[in-house]
Amino acid sequence: MTETAYDEMLAPDGTVRPAYDGYRQWLDAQPPGLLKRKGIEAEAFFRRTGITFNVYGAADAEERLIPFDPVPRIITASQWRKLSRGIEQRVRALNAFLHDLYHRQEIVRAGRLPARLLQGNLAYLPQMAGFTPPGGVYTHIVGIDLVRTGEDDFMVLEDNARTPSGVSYMLENRETMMAMFPELFTRVRVREVSDYPRRLARSLAACAPAAFTGDKPTVAVLTPGIYNSAYFEHAFLADQMGAELVEGSDLKVQGGRVAMRTTQGWQPVDVIYRRVDDDYLDPLSFNADSVLGVAGIMDVYRAGGITIANAPGTGISDDKAIYSFMPEIVEFYTGEKPILPNVPTWRCSEADALAYVLDNLADLVVKEVHGSGGYGMLIGPTSSKKEIAAFSAKLRADPANYIAQPTLSLSTVPIFTRAGLAPRHVDLRPFVLVSPQGIDITPGGLTRVALKKGSLVVNSSQGGGTKDSWVLDD
Amino acid sequence: MRLAIEHATTYRFSGPIRQGQQRLRLTPVSSAGQSVIAWDIACEGAQIEVGYDDEYTNRVTLVGLTPGTPAVTIRAHGVVETRDESGVTGRHAGYLPLWHFSRDTALTARGTKVAALVGGLENGAARDPLATLHTLTERVRAAVVYAQGHTDVATTAEAALTAGRGVCQDQAHVFIAGARALGIPARYVSGYMLIDGREQQDAGHGWAEGFVDGLGWIGFDVANAICPDDRYVRVACGRDYRDAAPVKSMTYVLPAPTGSAPVGDTLVTTLVVQRLTPA
Repeated sequence: MTETAYDEMLAPDGTVRPAYDGYRQWLDAQPPGLLKRKGIEAEAFFRRTGITFNVYGAADAEERLIPFDPVPRIITASQWRKLSRGIEQRVRALNAFLHDLYHRQEIVRAGRLPARLLQGNLAYLPQMAGFTPPGGVYTHIVGIDLVRTGEDDFMVLEDNARTPSGVSYMLENRETMMAMFPELFTRVRVREVSDYPRRLARSLAACAPAAFTGDKPTVAVLTPGIYNSAYFEHAFLADQMGAELVEGSDLKVQGGRVAMRTTQGWQPVDVIYRRVDDDYLDPLSFNADSVLGVAGIMDVYRAGGITIANAPGTGISDDKAIYSFMPEIVEFYTGEKPILPNVPTWRCSEADALAYVLDNLADLVVKEVHGSGGYGMLIGPTSSKKEIAAFSAKLRADPANYIAQPTLSLSTVPIFTRAGLAPRHVDLRPFVLVSPQGIDITPGGLTRVALKKGSLVVNSSQGGGTKDSWVLDD
Repeated sequence: MRLAIEHATTYRFSGPIRQGQQRLRLTPVSSAGQSVIAWDIACEGAQIEVGYDDEYTNRVTLVGLTPGTPAVTIRAHGVVETRDESGVTGRHAGYLPLWHFSRDTALTARGTKVAALVGGLENGAARDPLATLHTLTERVRAAVVYAQGHTDVATTAEAALTAGRGVCQDQAHVFIAGARALGIPARYVSGYMLIDGREQQDAGHGWAEGFVDGLGWIGFDVANAICPDDRYVRVACGRDYRDAAPVKSMTYVLPAPTGSAPVGDTLVTTLVVQRLTPA
């Protein structure tokens, strides 16, 4: 795979591609050993600022540092313009799709999406049926995972409409780069990302519920607490937005609203940016044993007393079987051809596709339809015969639980290694904000990089690292 | 028929309430067989927080319990004009597709007992679903004999079939599981019923509805072996009792003083359903 991968910095003849022109000129003028020294500085910086995450199932490494690579991933202004159009189209379609799923289900009636994908799907919440969230927004924050295979070939690998995480790394990566290489940012004009928290706060405030009266909606971040793998991000975003960070025990229903405990007593919350999963949100509606949520918040929600971001039930669009229908979904709701294609996907629920997948497991990537984070998947080319045989049995036992995709030759960007710059595979997760005022895409996003030579797995839980992602200013 | 209903529920808690909510589905709405003339919910020891229509278009009221209160009383009362529609509630409304009512829930999960109950009805269900649902009513009535004290609100359809006894709620759950096993969408209905010669009742009533193409939703009251008529008032519906439950609570009680005898929560229900005669 590696030998044919698209190198984002270097053309096959060894010349530097235009996106990296300014960066390479700067780099080549630096004294030898700079990146090495800076790499050590970066790690110290990260430890100091405390960006860590927990890996589930890794007892020896409760808090792990996500490795940061100091070579930026660079996208030109014109590439970004095209990507932005595609992302905006996709996010518009996702919101229209979610509204439809919880209302008339026209797409099912029209025969464009099989009802079986919703039937028995735990991510489809009947509790949302017939209700339109404030401003008609379901996915206030979306992360669209993109992979690249050529100069103009970007594809969507996954939609993250439930609770996309990682934005704090995007922000900290930029801050780290600016602290380490201040003069670099005077040489190359890079579009800003640091105003993301302000844009997030503004976007959330624009989604205030009907019950909001007053000048400025109150926004709070609801976290499951310090043992959650993304707790750092919850605290960081609340702090950066100037919003309260709350847990379920800090909230209660009072006066027809959801109120939070403050030093001035209980105050109503208008918009809650929750990082608690649907099932734990309201013990009266979902998991009755949950202490992470608020009893009655769904009642207040349906009565127009609070905005929940993202809306409960949006996770249905993250389902990988539904993902495989995204080209149809985009066309159905926008009337346009999708600007960003999907990665070709076989639905193992279909007999022909299953037969093909079983015959070609060694070449394919197979994923669980409800999976995320790189767990429970098979990467054929790097798996042993034994692993493939074991996975094949699981696949035969429950075909509808899986989709398969070709092993893509993901593009590479150099990372800094002891031996100098070396290409590694990357993906990109742009962060998208949705409000009645529009769709706001932060330029760039989070670049995840597989640090191991030849590896295609970029997930931080599976040993991936991150890079600062640049969109060049015209 | 004009019915006056007075339904009071009093919960006494094991100690003073620290915090608590009750989600009430205690408000009937006007539909094919009924017009709500007047209705009100009054609370003691609690206040109304919000009201809204849920995913089944049931009217829901959330009340917050007053901190420190040892008890709460919810009084739902009003007048409903009913018509005999031979059990037909009408076409499917709301935004949940019919398939939603064909899927198992925890209380109505189908096992071997349900499969045995509907054995031999498969062909009839496809040919004449209405007649099949009547047959199913008879079978359920024989398989789960009406008797109090053998089941509770958490009893599943399979468990009720094993026990062979149960109340209206169990019979409805078995009917629903059986109908779904036959490919007929079914749902649970909670409500009230006028009982001749007995104004004072212990509890509200529950029955089932099955969906038949061309007719829509049709009620089947297994306990009384009839389709609901103008003695019935529909209040709420859902896939099973849990969706339609008149009261769902989440309460946190302050710890009892040390040395005091432990007491559990108690619940007292009074229900009066009367026929109003035109003056």
